[in-house]
Amino acid sequence: MAVFSGTDLRCVRGERPVFDGVSFRLNSGAVLELRGANGTGKSSLLRMMTGLLPSAGGTLSWNDEPIAADADAHRTRINYIGHLDGVKGMLSVAENLRFWMSLRAGAEADEERYHMALATFGIEALADTPARYLSAGQRRRVALARLVACPASLWLLDEPATALDTAAAAALDHTMGSHLGAGGMVVMSTHEPARHPTPRVDLNDYARRARGAVRTAAGMTA
Amino acid sequence: MHRFANPTRFVALVRAVQPWAAGIALVTLAAGLWFSLIASPADYQQGETVRIMYVHVPAAWMAMFCYSSMAGASAVTLVWRHAVAHVVARATAPIGASFTFLALATGSLWGKPMWGTWWVWDARLTSVLILLFLYLGYMAIENAFDDRARGSRAAAILAIVGAVNVPIIKFSVDWWNTLHQPASVVRLDGPAIHPSMLTPLVLMAVGYTALYLWILALRVRADINMSKVRALTLRGA
Amino acid sequence: MNSFSALIARDLRLACRQASDSLTVLAFFILVTVLFPLAVGPEPGILARIGAGVVWVAALLAAMLSMDRMFQSDYDDGTLELLVAAPIPLEIVVLAKASAHWLTTGVPLIAAAPLMGVLLNLEPEGYGALLLALALGTPSLSLIGAVGAALILGSRRGGALLSLLILPLFVPVLIFGVAAVEASLTDVSARPQLLILAALALAALALTPWPAAAALRQAVE
Repeated sequence: MAVFSGTDLRCVRGERPVFDGVSFRLNSGAVLELRGANGTGKSSLLRMMTGLLPSAGGTLSWNDEPIAADADAHRTRINYIGHLDGVKGMLSVAENLRFWMSLRAGAEADEERYHMALATFGIEALADTPARYLSAGQRRRVALARLVACPASLWLLDEPATALDTAAAAALDHTMGSHLGAGGMVVMSTHEPARHPTPRVDLNDYARRARGAVRTAAGMTA
Repeated sequence: MHRFANPTRFVALVRAVQPWAAGIALVTLAAGLWFSLIASPADYQQGETVRIMYVHVPAAWMAMFCYSSMAGASAVTLVWRHAVAHVVARATAPIGASFTFLALATGSLWGKPMWGTWWVWDARLTSVLILLFLYLGYMAIENAFDDRARGSRAAAILAIVGAVNVPIIKFSVDWWNTLHQPASVVRLDGPAIHPSMLTPLVLMAVGYTALYLWILALRVRADINMSKVRALTLRGA
Repeated sequence: MNSFSALIARDLRLACRQASDSLTVLAFFILVTVLFPLAVGPEPGILARIGAGVVWVAALLAAMLSMDRMFQSDYDDGTLELLVAAPIPLEIVVLAKASAHWLTTGVPLIAAAPLMGVLLNLEPEGYGALLLALALGTPSLSLIGAVGAALILGSRRGGALLSLLILPLFVPVLIFGVAAVEASLTDVSARPQLLILAALALAALALTPWPAAAALRQAVE
């Protein structure tokens, strides 16, 4: 039973405070939804959880150990899907997927997983197609196939359903369901109306608090 | 050091240092120039041209001192993410570049009567020229990003990488045969220079350092005020 | 190690599919070299005198030209942030990218260098030293270039900025690369210069991955 948690997280982008005081606690088998208007820092919070963006304050912990203490271990636990697909147009779908598998120890030669990843998102037929011929939705499917191809316990998804059709969105829901069933965790940012009650962080509140903090910072005397 | 990571406390320190630096700079530079231009003897070999030395040598020292400070402050920025350290590095760059240019220009003026040429491609001159390019590169990358924080971090990394050049400059006259004379003040067996020449040299060096601190204080305060203006503008937006 | 070879294999595959990119760099190298006889006059004595320097400068500029692409496409399509978040040391990624850059740019330049020597009337004794010096020097260029290429990601003026940052750091390689050829032309052993070039390459191998990785990390923040 793993626990992923954050306390008092603060984010400053450029010189602009984005949010302040964000805390959450996520157990195995649970989803955390990040909500909030544009510019409130959903992507920034996800990137912080990925380790891409250092936090301006607060700590992220895994089983109550700060993840900064062992960043390498944290990277083996996560699977991040950002706004950009990370799909190389000059490579075929299969080459793209196999490249990502080769970066994970233990996943490089897992044929079963590789075929499962293609099948889950319905892209077997595209395996040999150069990715530059794919539509935005199809590229997104290739990116999402990484979730299945590269096993990791914590999925960090930044608006994963962007450009997906209903079938692919359903496939994503289903994949997330089985991931959670197996004790995985998901943190995702989304704008879609919630279908079932899930724990969530509403960044609108924290963004307001951060803007209050600017006032104090600017009041500092020279 | 962590005590001064707080901008308010740091600004208070800078404000306290500034008048002292200004006073010392004005007094020592005036005295130094009087000693070097009037009260010191002409060199028995080099004649009156030796007086260029009092402007040239401390400028070259400052060029390296400023770069070392910049690289040190950059390391502090990257390791502890202290924003003020970067303000110091950023404020140092143009000052260091000016000293480097001054050293190169006065060296060139000195070279013409001494070596018969404005410029030679020896190790010391080349490595100082590269130092000037490193300063220029630092300032260019600092301003090349829409996100100022990105520019700061990229510039800090560059400053540290460029620090390999500093020992090369220092030892270039010892490692390679060159027209440039070897170190005569800072060396293990004591200075090889007459006291009548050492006095103005030291005065000028102290004056340059105080001048650096003075301009640095002004630039740091301006920089911090500018970021306050930006924060207020953002708040309004 | 597996990830390292996978990265190199992917970059080589990409380079093969976009072979025109590497060929453009090679064509640039040849063109710059050809400009010199046209500029300084075709007198064989002068050309032989400046030949080694010209080949080196052209190689430096050609390597430069391809350098800003080293991380750029990965940065643009999001691959880079996934690599930073992937469970492999970023320094290994840098080494792999620099190796791939050397294989796709440095090696073709070395292969074309003897031909440039012929065009510039280089004395026969100089070829061995030229090839060895290029073989030892170009890896340093790719490694130092990796730092610069990582630093300029996302900046407003990529290429010009890169040359300002990186060309000053290329100077030692240039000096000893040319000195090696000159030594062999004057019947002196080029060994010391070649050893210095090798030392520079080893130092670059040991030292550049750290700042380059730091630059990549801050680029995707």
